[in-house]
Amino acid sequence: MKTAHQIAIDVQSGAGSAESELERTLGVIAARNEELNVFLHVDEDGARSAAASIDARVAKGENVGPLAGVPIAIKDNMCQRGIPTTCSSRILEGWRPPYSATVIDRLLAAGAVPVGKTNLDEFAMGSSTETSAFGATRNPLDPTRVPGGSSGGSAAAVAADMTSIAVGSDTGGSIRQPAALCGLVGMKPSYGLVSRYGLIAFASSLDQIGPFAKNVMDAAILLEAIAGHDPMDSTSLPEPPPSLVAHVNDGVAGKRIALVRELVDGADPDVVASVERAVEALKDAGATIVELSIPEFRLGLSAYYLIAPAEASSNLARYDGVRYGLRVDADDVAAMNEATRTAGFGAEVKRRIMLGTYALSAGYYDAYYGQALKVRTQMIEAFKRAYLDVDLLIGATTPSVAFEFGSKTSDPMAMYLSDVFTIPTNLAGDAAVSVPFGSGEADLPVGVQLLGPGRSEAQLFAAARVLEIAEGRS
Amino acid sequence: MTSPLRREDVAHVAKLARLSLSDAELDQFTLQLGQILEHANDMSSLDLEGVIPTAHPFGLINVVRDDVVRPSLDRDEVLAMAPDAEDGRFAVPRIMGEAP
Repeated sequence: MKTAHQIAIDVQSGAGSAESELERTLGVIAARNEELNVFLHVDEDGARSAAASIDARVAKGENVGPLAGVPIAIKDNMCQRGIPTTCSSRILEGWRPPYSATVIDRLLAAGAVPVGKTNLDEFAMGSSTETSAFGATRNPLDPTRVPGGSSGGSAAAVAADMTSIAVGSDTGGSIRQPAALCGLVGMKPSYGLVSRYGLIAFASSLDQIGPFAKNVMDAAILLEAIAGHDPMDSTSLPEPPPSLVAHVNDGVAGKRIALVRELVDGADPDVVASVERAVEALKDAGATIVELSIPEFRLGLSAYYLIAPAEASSNLARYDGVRYGLRVDADDVAAMNEATRTAGFGAEVKRRIMLGTYALSAGYYDAYYGQALKVRTQMIEAFKRAYLDVDLLIGATTPSVAFEFGSKTSDPMAMYLSDVFTIPTNLAGDAAVSVPFGSGEADLPVGVQLLGPGRSEAQLFAAARVLEIAEGRS
Repeated sequence: MTSPLRREDVAHVAKLARLSLSDAELDQFTLQLGQILEHANDMSSLDLEGVIPTAHPFGLINVVRDDVVRPSLDRDEVLAMAPDAEDGRFAVPRIMGEAP
């Protein structure tokens, strides 16, 4: 399987073609999608026409872009004009957006070929894709196990060699956790680095789009292509996109990196061992390692599971059966709203809407939502204190390797705990990357997580690259 | 903050959220939401008096653009995706009537 970097070089030089890369991708999808349930929709016609146009432009001598002819998988919570976009929910089944997300436009401008929409937990609420209304995605490394979530379909597309890269979104770990469980590089960029215009909202103060790839270089190329200010997103960072690719091989010499106790406590021994080996690898590459305790991280899960549902309960109020998606008829509007939402949302979405509505309701607002927002302030201040002394933090991405289907579905708290190490970064609006390092139970990959302050993506990729080299991966 | 969630609280919240729950769902959600709120009780012991709440990582600042006319979505295309439309508008069942 070629890297995205190599595909783009070959397509641009004429050594390969966008059409042949696309046909290879469509072939793997045809062979494995039924078993793995990765794509909810494959846009064969649109992708073929995009690929043909890229090859025609290359033939005319045009520079097509950094992702020239690279097939890419899109998480199905990003709008693509005219292409079914469901958020893995019955409530949006059949809907075709009248506009495209900024991310889609940027991918097309970079020469990428979007091939289809990938499965996710319904409205990105989950950590295994098991809450999808269209069935769970299987982990290509072990089809009896989950690929992680919520961006499990995007992770599985890359792990199954359907595409070399994919985009996902990360609200509490939804890129980094599936990247860890599928043996991929996955980054949650700083809040505001990638436009959220056209990303269907879950928790707007936490959601961020980011890359999946087999290696650091591809992740950096992809993120650089989609990052940067967008006037259509009022929370978009004002500056031009950062230079990432040029810094991938900067290394970690002279950097101070803290191993955070709260980011390994409670993890499986194999996972902890991988983090400890990663620390040694960074030390060998010239970094100074210190140990740190950040007790505020222990409160992240509680704060997150009030803040995210509170925002979701508000964001999902728009699914009322009036303007798009499902409508279940009833005698009056209020009854129609209720019948539509009751039929259209799955159990996990209902649970979070209820939790958020409760946390925001009169009499409980201060005790729950208000208290969580204050904990969020403390989390941000704790990160800031840490970054006065060190450049980056390191820990595990997830407490365990990929788990088996059904092992956490009956107990929401057990499922939520798989995000315990990833949530703090979302609450702070910072950046973090998961990079595969070592293996655990059943020889499944372990993800090591590197965390940095806002706008530290280049440093994070450079550190992740050090670990990649230490593992003997090109 | 330590008061356990009651079944009638869940029923009330479901009504606010425009969701209709079966008896079995009410029982299950009462239990599960109660467990989640119980976990959140680790925040209740904290003295956070005077801490400024953060609703947004960078603080929300109004962003304005120049008041220039730009193309918007095509009305027919948008209405074509609606469950029901009439005369260039979204159509809904009756709004006026007896209180629910």
